[in-house]
Amino acid sequence: MTHTYRGSGRAGLYQDEEFMDILEERRRTSDLGHALRSFKPLPYLGAPPCSVAELNQAVLDSHFLRHVAREVAMETGSSVEEVREEACGILEEMSQNLQLGFIRLMGYALTKVLKRLFTSVFVNMEGLSTLQQAMQQTRVILMPNHRSYVDFLVISYIMFTYDLPVPVIAAGIPLAGMKLIGEILRRSGAFFIRRAIGSDKLYWAVLSEYVKTIVRKEFAPMEFYVEGLRSRTLKSVTPKLGMMHMVLEPYFKGEVFDITLVPVSISYDRVLEESLLAHELLGVPKPKESTTGLLKASKLLQDNYGSMHVNFGQPVSVRQLCEGKINRCQYNLIPRDLPQKPTPEAQACVSWLAHLIVRIQEEGSVISPWSLMACLLLQAPVAVLTEDGLPWQQLTERTLWLKRLALDFGGHLKWPGQVSDSDVMSSSAAIHHSVVHQKAGRVYLVQEEEPERRRAVSAEQSVMRTGTSVLMLASYRNQSLHVFVRPALLTTALDVTNSTHKDELFAFFSFLQDLFSSEFIFIPGKLSEDFEEACSLLKKCGAVHIDQQEVTLSHMGRETLSFLKALIQPFIDSYQMMFRYFCEQGAQVITEKQFLPAVRTLATKLLLSGELHTYEALSSDTQKNVLSALQRLEAVTKMRLE
Amino acid sequence: MAFNSSGGGSYRQQIAQQRLRIITGHLQRPEDDDSAISAVECKAPSSESDASSSEGKTVPRRRHEIMKWNGWGYSDTRFLFNKKGQAEFTGKRYRLSGLIIPGLKDWMEGTFGASVQHKSQATPILNSSSVQPPNLNEAFVEELKSTGVPYSHDAEDRVFRAHGHCLHEIFALREGKIGRVPDMVVWPNCHDDVVKIVELACKHNVCLIPYGGGTSVSSALECPPEETRSIVSLDTSQMNRILWIDEKNLTAHVEAGIVGQDLERLLNESGYCTGHEPDSMEFSSLGGWVATRASGMKKNIYGNIEDLVVHMKMVTPRGVIEKSCQGPRMSTGPDIHHFILGSEGTLGVVTEVTMKIRPMPEYQKYGSVVFPNFEQGVACLREIAKQRCAPASVRLMDNEQFKFGHALKPQVSSIFTSFVDGLKKFYITKFKGFDPNRLCVATLLFEGNRDRVLQHEKQVYDIAAKFGGLAAGEDNGQRGYMLTFVIAYLRDLGMDYYVIGESFETSVPWDRVLDMCRNVKARIVHECKERGVQFPPLSTCRVTQTYDAGACVYFYFAFNYRGLSDPVHVYEQVEHAAREEILASGGSLSHHHGVGKLRKAWMRETISNVGMGMLQSVKDYVDPANIFGNRNLL
Repeated sequence: MTHTYRGSGRAGLYQDEEFMDILEERRRTSDLGHALRSFKPLPYLGAPPCSVAELNQAVLDSHFLRHVAREVAMETGSSVEEVREEACGILEEMSQNLQLGFIRLMGYALTKVLKRLFTSVFVNMEGLSTLQQAMQQTRVILMPNHRSYVDFLVISYIMFTYDLPVPVIAAGIPLAGMKLIGEILRRSGAFFIRRAIGSDKLYWAVLSEYVKTIVRKEFAPMEFYVEGLRSRTLKSVTPKLGMMHMVLEPYFKGEVFDITLVPVSISYDRVLEESLLAHELLGVPKPKESTTGLLKASKLLQDNYGSMHVNFGQPVSVRQLCEGKINRCQYNLIPRDLPQKPTPEAQACVSWLAHLIVRIQEEGSVISPWSLMACLLLQAPVAVLTEDGLPWQQLTERTLWLKRLALDFGGHLKWPGQVSDSDVMSSSAAIHHSVVHQKAGRVYLVQEEEPERRRAVSAEQSVMRTGTSVLMLASYRNQSLHVFVRPALLTTALDVTNSTHKDELFAFFSFLQDLFSSEFIFIPGKLSEDFEEACSLLKKCGAVHIDQQEVTLSHMGRETLSFLKALIQPFIDSYQMMFRYFCEQGAQVITEKQFLPAVRTLATKLLLSGELHTYEALSSDTQKNVLSALQRLEAVTKMRLE
Repeated sequence: MAFNSSGGGSYRQQIAQQRLRIITGHLQRPEDDDSAISAVECKAPSSESDASSSEGKTVPRRRHEIMKWNGWGYSDTRFLFNKKGQAEFTGKRYRLSGLIIPGLKDWMEGTFGASVQHKSQATPILNSSSVQPPNLNEAFVEELKSTGVPYSHDAEDRVFRAHGHCLHEIFALREGKIGRVPDMVVWPNCHDDVVKIVELACKHNVCLIPYGGGTSVSSALECPPEETRSIVSLDTSQMNRILWIDEKNLTAHVEAGIVGQDLERLLNESGYCTGHEPDSMEFSSLGGWVATRASGMKKNIYGNIEDLVVHMKMVTPRGVIEKSCQGPRMSTGPDIHHFILGSEGTLGVVTEVTMKIRPMPEYQKYGSVVFPNFEQGVACLREIAKQRCAPASVRLMDNEQFKFGHALKPQVSSIFTSFVDGLKKFYITKFKGFDPNRLCVATLLFEGNRDRVLQHEKQVYDIAAKFGGLAAGEDNGQRGYMLTFVIAYLRDLGMDYYVIGESFETSVPWDRVLDMCRNVKARIVHECKERGVQFPPLSTCRVTQTYDAGACVYFYFAFNYRGLSDPVHVYEQVEHAAREEILASGGSLSHHHGVGKLRKAWMRETISNVGMGMLQSVKDYVDPANIFGNRNLL
């Protein structure tokens, strides 16, 4: 059962015919013509259409919401009418208002933007036609990964172009606050969810009833980011379970026959927000989403961002996947529209499914030559990159070697076939002129310029500047990390334990998975399969010999093993640095507010003193992951201070 | 008849006559029916020969003389495609008998992808050599002989009592495959005969399997293959008399072997009825109803079997169990009747039952309502249940079943009728905008005092109108109920053309009716596809009973099995999956068919460990040697 999703990620080099560039036609014909095309989507499931007003009314009239409103009224001492009015307000703020006219407008604008930004937008047509069939059979939940603001609406755009029902999309409330844009998004199908809902019972109730009603009523396909937010590191984010649970509950409770999840992997050659994200990771706050901000960002539109790949995965049936994992009879003894705490069984099932989807997204994402180059560039000492430069020839050879390894490991590579390998890499480097530049047969890391400040930069500032570039590079490395992570953990286990016994290796592998489970995506309960996979991949590439109980190093495998070890090393170093912070600083209680800057200061100090080699320790993402790992391992606990 | 003299007699007589006509319309009355009702002494049969035709009862000892050995119902009645390729219903027993059904062929071909060209013939006659020789317990047989109770070990008699009407049972018979069958059949004539038989069975350690009407659809009659003792089928069909009628308390004391149609007919002659009309009432017996917790179509007025029974006697290996009085309700610990009701032949034989009777209804009226879709129909039924104004019967068919009912319309004789039909169709689909692929129909039966029926009718139609329902005439309603009795014959026709199918039922709370119907129907389609069924199956349902807190739902499921190597296995897998889906969607294991051996696997999760233990301890006490060894239920 766990293997059913395989096959969505077809390993190996992509064939050109598999993906089609949807911009090609747009470049040949009129944009306006496209926006005004006759849009005749096949009816979604053949269900009688339900209007936005009817949908919202159904939410407000639901027994569930009535019940919660009564409860909230009791708890707060306000009248039921007041609470219901408040619910009305929440719903108004939240609800989408999908209208064809705005889809057209959105289509027109997006054509312009996409053409400007990207040389191509590739879509796998086979996935699209499978999706079309699925949409007529069961309710479909589109589950893309989230790497850029560009992701938003791109799926709607594809649906519009290929006569498929346009989805409603779960979005963060800041988008709604944008003047004009917010309303356009709303009318293009976006519905808005507050961040940090916390314990606002009424809000939860309205949201979950809204989501469930959309699913139940077959209003439209729904799109949401199971990762919950845009990944700041281009690495998959541990899935959020709240929304996932809301979406799945109608199936658990037998209100719908099945739900089809369609993982969508969106990959970019170059991400629009790359430097913004790196800054954010270094502690520069993210600018508030605003329309003026968007207009200011339009200078970004002048640059070349290469291609974008949208890979629609094989639809997976919740019914099929949950077989044996959830006993639907458990919902038979309590009215289904009463609030009910999810059972541990249901929570485990939701979590498992969410992780599974993220893994499918990973396997379906397309790895660019640049990502492999980034892996290798990061393994060179930073000083070499910034000062002496890395010989281009060496990078080329190593990248081609890594390409073979990635293919061996089942990576999903897009490597243009018509041009020479060195041209492929040169053009990759050219696209990423913000990170590297090539000069006299050497590659250098680009250091961020700050022209307005002529003063000599302090040592700390210099660390930050280098950090920005390194973190950008790390993001692109992260795009292919999922291919290597399992064998890399095994390599680390081999290295650290210095053992050949499978049992011992497994124990350490298991510890590493546990430690890094916020860092990388591991499907719960799949530990031994992951271990076996790591073993067989290392064996496949000739790095180890494996018999019954022994894993022995092969002398041919040195290059592979040292690469894999070096790949994981920045994480290990960063984690150790933070463990050191906890050990060294005396206080028993640290506030979260203090924590991040303090760790950053320590990291900077250690980088300058040469004790720490990885700039990734500066990333707030890593720091947060360490914190949750320590919490999970019960080394620290989180308390709310009054 | 006593009550006729109390004024308005001729009118009541007229009503009674009408009522009789309706019943006999589909249940033909045998010629000889002048049996008087009186307290009857139990007497041994005078001779072998007279037993089969005694007292004009429907069921002779040698059932296969009038009934099919490998299909449903009477031998003279069946569907077939005549030389012109038109479907025809043979015989004279039913209103549909002798008529051409023009739409059936197209419906079968369209729905199943079946073809009149591709026949799957049944083995025409039973080959006695394929029946294993009886494993007789000689001592038991010897002693039984001395009691004078008739018995037989003819292959035909034994084979007939080795099965109910599950698909796999009939399919095997049609293929001429005979499994374990009873080694002997006995026909007790009265309670005392049963007492003797049970005593002898205990004494000689013989396995007894009670047999009533043989209409089980739960594998309840199947002989357990692991049973090594001699198996004796105890056929109650000759215990078929009404022993007395108590007009003051409106009860009748009846032998439990009587079949529904005889009971109703005999009571009608005295101006009474029980009102208990399960779909199988032509053949199913009173004892069988008790043993399975049967439900009748008109339970809204008369109640289900557990509401109708006032007193009963059951012969068990421990002796006879019965209550000491006929009080209408008792607070004397758990009701011992509820150990008997639904015991499925595992504890003993029900021999005599005192049940409630009612004066025959003065007036009966059919009706029907068309709804734009099933959702509206269910909402209407829910409202009717809420207002507690359900007619004697109300049934809601889904769209597929509506189309099926349509296909079973007999050829219309006059051009006018077909014109009117066309006009109705136009009005509903074009004028009212009902989608022919979504609309559904409810059939109604009102019963009682004429004024009240009319008033009631108005109330129900008013509710229906609120849910978009349109009255669609009495004919449609009446035909719907008539089809209940002929539909069982249709499966045999399907089986002649590579189509197999069955119905199964459940009960479910109101709020889950729609979800469950949808899920189960979808699951059936899904499972068929998964298992290589070439054509989409017929997967349809109807809501057949309403209760305060829920409804009874019937599913019909059939498919064309061409291209499948083991169709019965596929069928069973799909039915199993469908039952899983019912349970997951909040439905019950069974509303009235019972558990038998078919649904045993789910009993523990259905009634809990303690529940199982309670039932088991009753069984252990009452029947420690497992004389009643059909192994149903537990």
